[in-house]
Amino acid sequence: MNYTFDYGWLLVYWPVLVKGIGITVELTLVGGVLGVMLGIACAWARALGPSWLRPFVAGYVELIRNTPFLIQLFFIFFGLPALGLRMGELEAANFAMVINLGAYGCEIIRAGIQATPSGQFEAGASLGMSRIQTFRHVVLIPALQRIWPALSSQIVIVMLGSAAVSQIAAEDLTFAANFIQSRTFRAFEAYFVATLIYLALAIGLRQALRGLGWTLFPRRTAR
Amino acid sequence: MDEFTTWDILRNLLLAARWTVLLSLVSFIGGGLVGAALLFARIGSGRIGPTFVKAYVELFQGTPLLMQLFLAFFGLGLLGVDVPAWLAAGVALILWSAAFLTEIWRGCVEAIARGQWEASSSLGMGYVQQMRHVILPQALRIAVPPTVGFSVQVVKGTALTSIIGFVELSKAGTVVTNATFEPFTVYGLVALIYFCLCWPLSKSSQILERKLNVAHRNH
Repeated sequence: MNYTFDYGWLLVYWPVLVKGIGITVELTLVGGVLGVMLGIACAWARALGPSWLRPFVAGYVELIRNTPFLIQLFFIFFGLPALGLRMGELEAANFAMVINLGAYGCEIIRAGIQATPSGQFEAGASLGMSRIQTFRHVVLIPALQRIWPALSSQIVIVMLGSAAVSQIAAEDLTFAANFIQSRTFRAFEAYFVATLIYLALAIGLRQALRGLGWTLFPRRTAR
Repeated sequence: MDEFTTWDILRNLLLAARWTVLLSLVSFIGGGLVGAALLFARIGSGRIGPTFVKAYVELFQGTPLLMQLFLAFFGLGLLGVDVPAWLAAGVALILWSAAFLTEIWRGCVEAIARGQWEASSSLGMGYVQQMRHVILPQALRIAVPPTVGFSVQVVKGTALTSIIGFVELSKAGTVVTNATFEPFTVYGLVALIYFCLCWPLSKSSQILERKLNVAHRNH
């Protein structure tokens, strides 16, 4: 093997990487927050919602969980304009990530809701809380606390999956690596650096979510 | 120009789906073999083995599969040989699946009560005997549903190999779209085919979970 590794391009192209990291982080933040909110809404609908709504939510969840993210992305970006729904690449990327996390989050959060003892619902009702109040204060928070580790892993998976959005020309970290390798012909080095950055982002995100868990759920329940 | 009927589109996609199925099988079986080897290193008593496997799992679970595919594609190319896309795709997917499967199976082995190890060792069994007669028969039982469930991730993971140029279902979708200018129909059908591949696996994982967990339900 007579190949010499060359990382000299980093001196010139680091701003491209920084911009890519920014987009990836932004996509993850928006996708994470909106995706979890969609997940909560769907979990409510599936576990406690009106019975006519449940099959629709179940269909959505099964459809998303059994098709690749890349195809969801292509369908949204290339396919939906046929129905008159035209989006920019960043909107499409965000939309796909929200839809994706919403489906996985729904199943995870639903498991947390269904683990709630029925006495909790009755206790809420006996305190004169409405069904919405009971859900928000009595059911949801402990449910989220229960499944927070699983939900955190899923958010990290969605962040790593976001590498695919470069394929619809959203200028994320992978797009930056593609751009750099096309300019410098240092393909292996460019992807190697991007991989290390993804690894750092994944570790950082996992820590951040653990910290967020401690802030959101400061030992509310004695378990 | 010839008109494409929906049947033309579907037929071409189904032909390409064979490669998705084949790559999924190769990745799942290869990943299972590598994963099993890693599992023994992970739960063994040595010091280097467990540390190596931990780092391996962290690396493959903490980076995008797409990056692993790129690194396999261009990394193997550095060796001076012309790497076909199917080889890079196979290698990356096998290593990626191995990381997830070994972690799933480790959870299953660790779910076996500590007393089982102690009981079997008090009967004078060695490590291999313990594994063969006591631990693995029980661990395999609880490992089946999550393993089948992971196969869905493998099928979906193969979609990314289209990006390094392997012609399977997703790549065929792009090619057919470029010929027909009907992205809505084509990607809709592509999604439907993936769904038909994955949904039975998801469903059987759920059913197996219910069936095989009967023994543990009352504990």
